[in-house]
Amino acid sequence: MKNVMAILNLNENEENLYELTKHRPVAAIPFGGRYRLVDFALSNLVNSGIINVGILMPEKFGPLIDHIRSGKEWDLDRQQDGLFILPAADGNAKRRGQLSRDLENFHANINYLRNCRHEYVIISPAGTVCNINYKKAFMFHLEKDAEITVIYKNVGSDYPLEGALTMAVDERGRVTDMAYNARETHNDCLAMETYIMKRTVLIEIIDNCIARGQNNLAMDGILRNLDTYRVYGYEHEGYIGRVDSVYSYYKHNMDILNPEVRNDLYFANGLIYTKTRSEAPAKYSSSAKVINSVIANGCLIEGTVENSVLFRGVHVARGAVVRNSILMQKAQVEENAYVDRVIFDKNVRITSGRSMKGETTMPIVIEKNYII
Amino acid sequence: MRKEWLGMILAGGQGARLKLLTKKIAKPAVGFGGRYRIIDFPLSNCQNSGLDTVGVLTQYKPFALHSYIGTGTAWDLDRTYGGVYTLPPYADEKGGEWYKGTADAIYQNIEFLDIQDPEYVLILSGDHIYKMDYSEMLQAHKKNNADCTIAVFEVPWAEASRFGIMATDETGAIVEFAEKPKEPKSNLASMGVYIFSYAKLREYLIADAPLDTEHDFGKNILPNMLNDNQRMFAFRFQGYWKDVGTVDSLWEANMDLLEDVPAFNLYDPSWRIFSVSPVRPPHYVGLTGEAHRSMIGEGCRIYGKVDHSILFSDVVIEEGAVVKDSVLFPGTIVRKGAYVEKAIVAENSELGEFAIVGRDAAEGPFGDNGGVVLIGEATKVPAGARIRKDATVGKDNV
Repeated sequence: MKNVMAILNLNENEENLYELTKHRPVAAIPFGGRYRLVDFALSNLVNSGIINVGILMPEKFGPLIDHIRSGKEWDLDRQQDGLFILPAADGNAKRRGQLSRDLENFHANINYLRNCRHEYVIISPAGTVCNINYKKAFMFHLEKDAEITVIYKNVGSDYPLEGALTMAVDERGRVTDMAYNARETHNDCLAMETYIMKRTVLIEIIDNCIARGQNNLAMDGILRNLDTYRVYGYEHEGYIGRVDSVYSYYKHNMDILNPEVRNDLYFANGLIYTKTRSEAPAKYSSSAKVINSVIANGCLIEGTVENSVLFRGVHVARGAVVRNSILMQKAQVEENAYVDRVIFDKNVRITSGRSMKGETTMPIVIEKNYII
Repeated sequence: MRKEWLGMILAGGQGARLKLLTKKIAKPAVGFGGRYRIIDFPLSNCQNSGLDTVGVLTQYKPFALHSYIGTGTAWDLDRTYGGVYTLPPYADEKGGEWYKGTADAIYQNIEFLDIQDPEYVLILSGDHIYKMDYSEMLQAHKKNNADCTIAVFEVPWAEASRFGIMATDETGAIVEFAEKPKEPKSNLASMGVYIFSYAKLREYLIADAPLDTEHDFGKNILPNMLNDNQRMFAFRFQGYWKDVGTVDSLWEANMDLLEDVPAFNLYDPSWRIFSVSPVRPPHYVGLTGEAHRSMIGEGCRIYGKVDHSILFSDVVIEEGAVVKDSVLFPGTIVRKGAYVEKAIVAENSELGEFAIVGRDAAEGPFGDNGGVVLIGEATKVPAGARIRKDATVGKDNV
């Protein structure tokens, strides 16, 4: 894959993520007890042999840069190739409920694209967790002699389509339709906003669109060009977890409790790499009671934890009960406190004896550093 | 710019008393605490003490140690100015020699030290578990205008004859040094941690080299310096310190970590112990799993019962299996219904279904693991097997 480069297109829709994206971009949302969403995107690329990755910076890029730094954990800290930070265009803000202007970000970095020597480019978002082998997708792209390959997942007819990019594929594999946030037409395929094309095709698309006042890659770049280019769909058959709302964030983290999902997400085509921390192993006291949960390093468990995902350094004190919840780094549940169906951001503390209960369809999200 | 100080970690020993654990790797590379290797402690101490240059002297089967240390990134020692240097024995015009003793190992690296040109040299062993700020010891060394400062700690009088004992005067200056004395004059034991003024150290190493001695710090260099009335001081260390050189002391030190308030705190944010960690997702405890008084590393899958044990990464405990008072190294699999108690199980071993390890009384003569069962790496203990307490079982003699 030496002649394939990658671009991470991090312009996700944050509308329905509320507190989770108040201080961070979607790509930096903690996931699965240890990772951030972007780790999956980056790891998939490097596991597929891609060593040149440009990252289009989202708003609030601070936590993202702090997490990725030089890219060393993904072996992207290199002299030649490696990681490239691509600044956003001015006025990067998404409009409420409408499509992103991601092509403007691409356009702001068009010289970078022109100067790369790679023949092909893979564009990937970070808002969907999956473990995918791009080599296979790339082989498909070459075999079909496609000019653009769109990667998708067949999600069936009852998948919630609000805010989703869907598509239709004919029997030859050609993409025949793409729709954003369509409620009436039911395309069973969820487009994963991941594309393979020649670098020159991408440059062409960017230039042609921006010149005509068009600025969304999926709608203006791809959908409008279904007849101009040979656009094929490549099906990803593994698990995907699209994080675009508090509910879907909650659901996909809970999916991690299922061993099949874990085996797929964390091992299917390669390991998921992330920023390393020096944290001692989790410690269980004599009163610890843990069932069906994922527990990260540095946790101190003295109470009860059921059906939950605990990130590093979380403390569950004696008599405390944590159920069906997601507790991010260094959250604390003090003695005899009780939480059920909550999402605690970093450092949140619920004090002795207090309780908090959400619903599966509406878990309670507590912003970071809050003390209850 | 002259370097103020650098560290030299003696990591060349085999640690033969750890038996199967050091069959393929040197003692400092042996695992500890569910995540670390013994070398992480001296290395992290160096890093936390502000050293930017550390030499690690290796000799016995150093491959795992060399590849583990790498360029020192994990300990912030991947530096342009300074960093970590692995120093195995080497050949020169006259041939080459293995390191013949602790002092000889440093002596053979005088050229390296001359290039670094430090004012002071910190020498320590790579196989002890402890947290220590060496910069405090350096301060004391400078304040006393010492030629040599030796870190000491108090041992119970009853045990004093097992150690190198330093007798000091009221200023802390060392007046006598006795190696394993029958009648100890003090209960201050040498920790094998020394700070020397380099010029003085160099002198004494060169003087000792051609003689027929053991070329050992404790037996030769220190007594020589003392006899010549060099300025030698003791620096008192307080805190947890453990030499994990035997199977049972390694087991004990691991068990020490499981107290509710352990004597040795690995969770101290002001003194982090750095290590190279495997890339694994957080561990999972299933519906049938249970864990108490234990430490569990990443990637483990727990479907059985874990009590008072330490699990490294990627350990799988199947349903119905029970693990008690044990240390399971990375990749260990304990199959359905198996029972293991008071054991150290090395990497990638498998305990077959319903095997019983360590519970039954010894049938033959006792082994010498102090009651701890030692299972070597990649050993497959067959289903239903029974391994008595204190046994040592490797893949070749299962």
